[in-house]
Amino acid sequence: MSKLSQKEYQVVTKPVRKLDAMQLLTGQPVYTDDVTPQDCLVVKLLRSPHAHALITSIDTEKAMAVPGAVAVYTYEDVPQERFTTAGQTYPEPSAYDRLLLDQRVRFVGDPVAIIAAETKEAADLMLARVKVSYEVLPAVLDFHTAKDNELLVHPEDNWRSLCPVGADNHRNLVAHEENSWGDPDAVFAQCAQIVEKTVHCKANNQAMMETFRTYCEIDTYGRLHVISSTQIIFHVRRIVSNALGIPKSKIRVTKPRIGGGFGAKQSVVAEIYPAFVTWMTKRPSKLVYTREECQIAASPRHEMEVRVKVGADAQGHIRAMDMYTLSNSGAYSEHGPTTVGLSGHKSISLYANQLQAYRFNYDVVYTNLQSAGAFRGYGAPQGIFAVESAVNELADKLGISPVAIREINMTREGDVMHSYYGETASSCALDRCLARAKEKIGWDDSCLCTKINDHKVRAKGMSIAMQGSGISGVDVGSATVRLTEDGGYALVIGAADMGTGCDTILAQMVAEMMECDMSNVTVYSADTDFSPYDSGSYASSTTYVTGKAVERACLELQEKICALGADMLELPKEQVVFASDAVRSDDGSRSVSLLDIATKSMCGNTEAMQATVTHSSPTSPPPYMVGMVELDIDIETGEAKVANYVAVADCGTVINENLARIQLEGGIVQGIGMALYENVTYMKDGSISENSLMEYKIPSRMDIGKLDVEFESSFEPSGPFGAKSIGELVIDTPVPAIAHAIYEATGEWLTELPFTPEKILEAIERGGKYKNN
Amino acid sequence: MLKFKQYYRVKSLEEAYELNQKKSNVVLGGMLWLKLQRRTVGGVIDLSDLGLDQITETEDAFTIGAMVSLRDLEQHEGLRAYLGEALHESLCHIVGVQFRNVATVGGSIFGRFGFSDVLTLFLALDAKVKFYRAGEMALSVYTSGATLDRELKNDILEAVILPKKVEAVAYRSVRNSETDFPVLTCCAAKVAGVYRVSVGARPMRAVYTADLNGILNAGITPETAADFGKWVSEQITTGSNVRASADYRKKMIAVLTKRNVLDLAAQEKMPDAAGQYVGERDISQKNEEGGQR
Amino acid sequence: MELTFTLNGTRRSVEISADTLLLDLLRSMKCFSVKRGCETGNCGLCTVFVDDRPVLSCSTLAARVEGRDVVTLEGLREEAEEYGAYIADEGAEQCGFCNPGLMMNAIALYRENPDATDDEIKEYLAGNLCRCSGYEGQLRGIRAYLQYKKGEVRHE
Repeated sequence: MSKLSQKEYQVVTKPVRKLDAMQLLTGQPVYTDDVTPQDCLVVKLLRSPHAHALITSIDTEKAMAVPGAVAVYTYEDVPQERFTTAGQTYPEPSAYDRLLLDQRVRFVGDPVAIIAAETKEAADLMLARVKVSYEVLPAVLDFHTAKDNELLVHPEDNWRSLCPVGADNHRNLVAHEENSWGDPDAVFAQCAQIVEKTVHCKANNQAMMETFRTYCEIDTYGRLHVISSTQIIFHVRRIVSNALGIPKSKIRVTKPRIGGGFGAKQSVVAEIYPAFVTWMTKRPSKLVYTREECQIAASPRHEMEVRVKVGADAQGHIRAMDMYTLSNSGAYSEHGPTTVGLSGHKSISLYANQLQAYRFNYDVVYTNLQSAGAFRGYGAPQGIFAVESAVNELADKLGISPVAIREINMTREGDVMHSYYGETASSCALDRCLARAKEKIGWDDSCLCTKINDHKVRAKGMSIAMQGSGISGVDVGSATVRLTEDGGYALVIGAADMGTGCDTILAQMVAEMMECDMSNVTVYSADTDFSPYDSGSYASSTTYVTGKAVERACLELQEKICALGADMLELPKEQVVFASDAVRSDDGSRSVSLLDIATKSMCGNTEAMQATVTHSSPTSPPPYMVGMVELDIDIETGEAKVANYVAVADCGTVINENLARIQLEGGIVQGIGMALYENVTYMKDGSISENSLMEYKIPSRMDIGKLDVEFESSFEPSGPFGAKSIGELVIDTPVPAIAHAIYEATGEWLTELPFTPEKILEAIERGGKYKNN
Repeated sequence: MLKFKQYYRVKSLEEAYELNQKKSNVVLGGMLWLKLQRRTVGGVIDLSDLGLDQITETEDAFTIGAMVSLRDLEQHEGLRAYLGEALHESLCHIVGVQFRNVATVGGSIFGRFGFSDVLTLFLALDAKVKFYRAGEMALSVYTSGATLDRELKNDILEAVILPKKVEAVAYRSVRNSETDFPVLTCCAAKVAGVYRVSVGARPMRAVYTADLNGILNAGITPETAADFGKWVSEQITTGSNVRASADYRKKMIAVLTKRNVLDLAAQEKMPDAAGQYVGERDISQKNEEGGQR
Repeated sequence: MELTFTLNGTRRSVEISADTLLLDLLRSMKCFSVKRGCETGNCGLCTVFVDDRPVLSCSTLAARVEGRDVVTLEGLREEAEEYGAYIADEGAEQCGFCNPGLMMNAIALYRENPDATDDEIKEYLAGNLCRCSGYEGQLRGIRAYLQYKKGEVRHE
């Protein structure tokens, strides 16, 4: 167990280059659309122009008359068993509320027909020639009025909820829960200061650079082979099986390189359509989503309104919290019952140290708007925006500094987090993160708002955050490690590297465990036929859960190598040791090289020189982070720009310094985008105004000032090499930190995203701080 | 996506003009905007071979061919010297270098787009446009009509002409993010002794006004600049869209006009060395507000 | 219609439709480095050189490159490897989907302004969106490459 305690590592913690880096940077063809044929059937989806309607007739005759037309499928052609496209472990908490195509369309963009054609041109013509008649119905477009509305998004009888999440399709409820600890009302009654706040987060889009895309073909054995840009090959297999009504054994799912995911590809957005076309026609087919489809009919963040009440005593001890989250799941339930939980679990739990009671209730509702999904943070950014804004305001009202109120209240190592399934903070360097961030930005060096010139101020703001590391008791990570012919190692996983570098990180762990060079390790991922079962790359699970499986598999493989080596040395197993490139007798007098063992393993050998380990964790130890911003605000125009963003994170042992740093920087910039630019506006008809990257403005490099990030590591005993997660945590702090800076500059708290120049100017005018300007 | 069957790479303006009389044909600029349209046209007319991608400078004017890319405009030594930071500021937010290498001056001007930075700039500078048949006219005349008459619509824009009457110029925009469409554009210039202010992205097409009440006659001070800004804001209609409200835009007209006019004053205060361009003075001054960019 | 142009140094003649976009033509000619990330000219993933200038191939009509010189990252392998190593050393390639467009424009930047400041780098590459890296790591890599080319720092 020598590797499991803190020590000087050789490969782990080092800034190793990503194994695929040079292939990506030189533009090699490694993505779905590059590695699959260009001359297969083109699949396109005809989408609903209405937020809510019943299809009364579809005339496909003219479309099928187009030269090159192959098929038009409508709701009458598809299986009638409902399923969910949420990539979650079975039984999914998300209700089974979808069909491949339904007679009832539930949002602007809901698929109405699947088109298959020989060419893109023919498919486009066919799209224009399918004639659909609708009975347009009134729609539920305001998520505040969805619950118990007489208009139902899912009135159908075969709607099914597999888990007790409080779902009820006759109340437009995707989920509902009431949860508390202690006696919140009694504790609030004792509080000297109470702050209440309601914030509103939009249905932000992941906007990964590669849109959804899937290719399907029938393989040598007549099975359906799905090649897709996905984070979740095994869930894709199950969901395609559900959607098509065919056995899972008839389906193989593989993924090439993925051009970004951020959770978007944790839902089966595109796969089911070409899968259906290929299964029906037995011909290869491909569906590539347009950017517009990604923006209007995919899997964005859940729009949430979070109401929070925080109470403290006169000394600033936070004693009680009360939160109510209203989450908009849109037309379908994907990830609705689960994202909402994080809005409370990952925010209230930041203040376990002095807390005496909390209440956390929520409703998740159906509306006739784009269905939501999984997006980095998964509900946590929404809740953390509410709680951190409230705590910043509380500090202000109590006349203590925002840093001090955290020093008094923040969760520390050993604290029990009642709002986080009663887990104990087994590793927590949040206090050190705070101290370091404060020092880096010079929090105490100047006022929180200083004047730069006659119309510009610079203001500071801060937030703390936590996330999880995998889903406790649910997520499964597996790894197969094999001794290869030339004495190196092959790692086979089912997790999906979506650019974050998990292939490399897990290979580093193999190299560390097997005491070899990185060049001796190869990685293969991911294929449902070859990879050991892995729930997939989401919920910040890969490093922590799959990483532990890798570590354990390496230990098992060492045992096997030692056993074979002992045989070759004609020694009892107990008298040999694994010694990186050889197996040695424990007195060091004799040894057999790894190469010889590898060679022997292929001749007269009866024990496979490979080990497969499956791991799951009963806990989900949180990584922690502190973000502090310096925001420049033009007090005459309201324009705001992040001049400097300081962040210090505790993700346990940092497995790869470079890749972890990029996670921090990339997540912060996504958070800045969420705070300042990325808007989602529903028009009166339920359509989305920001339907392109021309309208939905993700940050460009001109928008971003300086980023200054660092790590303060704790050691997580249950994680591989002491590691926790980093992937999602990083998006959590910018929104509340920027809102805080805006308050320091204007005297007003902004609560609705994004903080556009116009909203900031309104705050400046309301605040009245600069009347003489 | 724009679809068409015919691609005409014309050899003369006459040929282009003739083809453009057909309603189903359309002239290509950089095609950035055209390609976003979901429509089918008969054919597209490409002016690439007509030598319209040149900027020529004479003693009294710059002639900027309709096919000059925004990037060429941005990098032209003569114009940079003449217009200084205003030229850069009006172009650097337009998506990126690859985009500006494709987008053309003609495309930006002919379309009279509300969001156009380029239109706002040239309108304040009292530029002219030259059409193949209709000949030269003030840009302000071209942009003033609610709709283009049929003749102009079917004419070919050859060039934008910038007479060398600019004494000072300053450009600013407000944007929700650096490379977004502007929420408001504003250019102030002193042209042949007259202060002109143009305002675009209202979100409607750019319009201009001059100092009709003589607010700046007594000289530009922070007070007169602010008063002038307020007055301009009152003259110009604004509207609301998803990026900002009409009310916010009104306020921005006042703020940007004030700041631009103060810049003009700063440029004028510079010693008027013989033959020195406005822009050189502007560059040497390099406003303290780097943050505007 | 027939189109003749030079692709990565080789003269090619191909049959195209009048409305074929350069991006689609190049991918059909196996230049898979050229990616489509949006339909609106905003992302920069499709950047290629036409007569040495970086342009958006998604917004360039294929017919317009008649007789011209088109270069994709496939034609700049050595330069991309040398330059890209500096991005790789920061881990800033991430998902990689924006990389070819970024490398094309970063090469254009280097050729045009080898002494670029941080602000100039940011402005030149503003049309290359990246959703993974937060840009800072790319900036570090580009800065390091430009310094190396100036002979100030040697790369091992």
